[in-house]
Amino acid sequence: MDYFFELFFSGLSKGSIYALIALGYTMVYGIIELINFAHGEIYMIGAFTALIISGILTILGFNKISILILATIGAVIYSSAYGFTVEKIAYKPLRGSSRLSPLISAIGMSIFLQNYVLLAQTPNFVSFPELIPEIKWLEPYSSFLGSTDFVIIVTTAIVLVLLTILIKFTKIGKAMRATAQNQVMAALVGVNVDKIISVTFIIGSGLAAIGGVLIGSHVGQINFYIGFIAGIKAFTAAVLGGIGSIPGAVLGGLVLGWTESFGTGYISSDYEDVFAFCLLVLILIFRPAGILGESTQQKV
Amino acid sequence: MFEEIKKSLKVSIWFMFLTFPIMVIKVNLTDKVIIWRWKNLILVGIGSFFLSFIWRYLLERKAKKAKKEEMGIGQTSIFLKIFNNPKYAKPLYIIFLLFILAFPFIFSMYQTNIMISALIYVMLGLGLNIVVGLAGLLDLGYVAFYAVGAYSYALLNYHFHINFWLALPIGGLLAAIFGIVLGFPVLRLRGDYLAIVTLGFGEIIRLILENWDEFSFGPSGISNIPRPSLFGINLGVKESTIFIYYLIVFMSIITIFVVNRLQNSRLGRAWIALREDEIACQAMGIDKTKTKLTAFALGATWAGFGGVIFAAKTTFINPASFTFLESAIILSIVVLGGMGSIQGVILAALIMILLPEYLRAFSDYRMLIFGASMVLMMVFRPEGLIPSSRRKYEYDPTKR
Repeated sequence: MDYFFELFFSGLSKGSIYALIALGYTMVYGIIELINFAHGEIYMIGAFTALIISGILTILGFNKISILILATIGAVIYSSAYGFTVEKIAYKPLRGSSRLSPLISAIGMSIFLQNYVLLAQTPNFVSFPELIPEIKWLEPYSSFLGSTDFVIIVTTAIVLVLLTILIKFTKIGKAMRATAQNQVMAALVGVNVDKIISVTFIIGSGLAAIGGVLIGSHVGQINFYIGFIAGIKAFTAAVLGGIGSIPGAVLGGLVLGWTESFGTGYISSDYEDVFAFCLLVLILIFRPAGILGESTQQKV
Repeated sequence: MFEEIKKSLKVSIWFMFLTFPIMVIKVNLTDKVIIWRWKNLILVGIGSFFLSFIWRYLLERKAKKAKKEEMGIGQTSIFLKIFNNPKYAKPLYIIFLLFILAFPFIFSMYQTNIMISALIYVMLGLGLNIVVGLAGLLDLGYVAFYAVGAYSYALLNYHFHINFWLALPIGGLLAAIFGIVLGFPVLRLRGDYLAIVTLGFGEIIRLILENWDEFSFGPSGISNIPRPSLFGINLGVKESTIFIYYLIVFMSIITIFVVNRLQNSRLGRAWIALREDEIACQAMGIDKTKTKLTAFALGATWAGFGGVIFAAKTTFINPASFTFLESAIILSIVVLGGMGSIQGVILAALIMILLPEYLRAFSDYRMLIFGASMVLMMVFRPEGLIPSSRRKYEYDPTKR
């Protein structure tokens, strides 16, 4: 039974991180119907920024908790700035063109950012400092729930609650929902669509950065390429849950995390990624709009 | 003027802020040293200051051009004028063909080998052009069919000693079957869902090849794949390279011929109709299932052929040659060239494959430039290098 719980919690923490990244995909998709391929790279840049900041602070001799907090804040600020800039450069001039052009532009941006970090930092894996402190009272459960996993799960839960409040109850959230439903109508009733799109990118990138910091301290090493596979997985999670739907992205992330964790635990560890994609194909065959997505009839 | 400088200054400061941690600081945790590279900061500042002028100028020009076109006085580019006028186009094609035919005798073996891979990409690009450009089905896992072709030759040869000439049609056929197998479940999916499922399919194929050691020999791949023989005569390395070169030229010409004929056939028009509007297309009595599946199967067939030739050329394959990046490159060939345009795809394939090869001098920066040029191309010329021109039936009152 311990083994089951171990897999359950490792799947939960993995799924939480997928969910954090998937939210960025799903929010952007909900508003401008674009698969933002560069989103994984934003997450990677968040992880690298956190690494650099925490490196400096470690050398300067700060204590662990303050390093964790400062590095996370720095990562969120920088990732958001990158997300904002990427949108302005690669997607905004393409608004109104065919659907494929922004996608290609996004793939190009993703390749560019990967190589930018590769050249400016390092092509090798770098070890990420252990930022999350051991939690004392978790020790009796440590056979199946490590403190890193615990922090990941709790952080994700807090972030999700805050995001839900933002979207459901604030003015900007209302404007975001309106823009997602119909851009032209939203603009007519006085929503600044360009600003809302920027805000969406900023929030999505910030969430990805939190994911980046958490995964960095969970896995213990990062390189310039981590964004790609995480990006694909997170996008899979977003599609699983029904793209455009925020609870869907979270559910999709968790389902994906559990599938991978139980699949590798009980079947074979070589096929971790295969399980994810097979699940995706199966769900899309039987529920083409995703688990929570509404299937809208295409109109003429 | 002053306004412009102010704007550029803002951009420059923003980019200095943005690139600060990654470009300037480098931390070495094991030795506890921080390396500050202030030079980079100055470079970024000056670079972005001037680039932002160019950026804004080009955007303005694009907007002006769009306005002109709206008013109906848009002019077609020189490229298009040349390609659409048979008087100029025909001699150009002939010169190009002669150049291609004479290539291995003018240039070195190394260049010929690069040209072979470029021509393989021409084939792949034209194949994907059927799926994406004509039928409008966004396929991000096209490389899977390429892998199927390559592995079917390698494995059939390893187990049954089947030679290249028999493997070529088998590879194409197997890829087509895989195309249909993928096509069936995704028939109901639209647009981006299709994109992610095909991406997943591509990754599944690669991961299986990587992990199923008994079947595909895992990450170490398969080596000693024989090169094609000429009527039973085994050729040396140099001769066989030239032979493969002419083979791929021949295959490319066949591909161009077939795709060109398909484009204007009943099926090709059905694909284009499907791309434009699925529902209207069904209302016109086009069988959606059949049309989509043929697009997948025919697109995959060329990838299969390409794969077999690739395996024969390199004599060694492993799963690392079939990553998502490969799919992305093939897709960008189609989009950069101009979706649905054959000349465009050929030109783009040659540029995309040859340019990085000749950019080896900047080998560190080549993927950086590659990514940036994809973005710039989409921003400033989203219709591609040579936009496809639809066949139009125009009423010309002077020709009665």
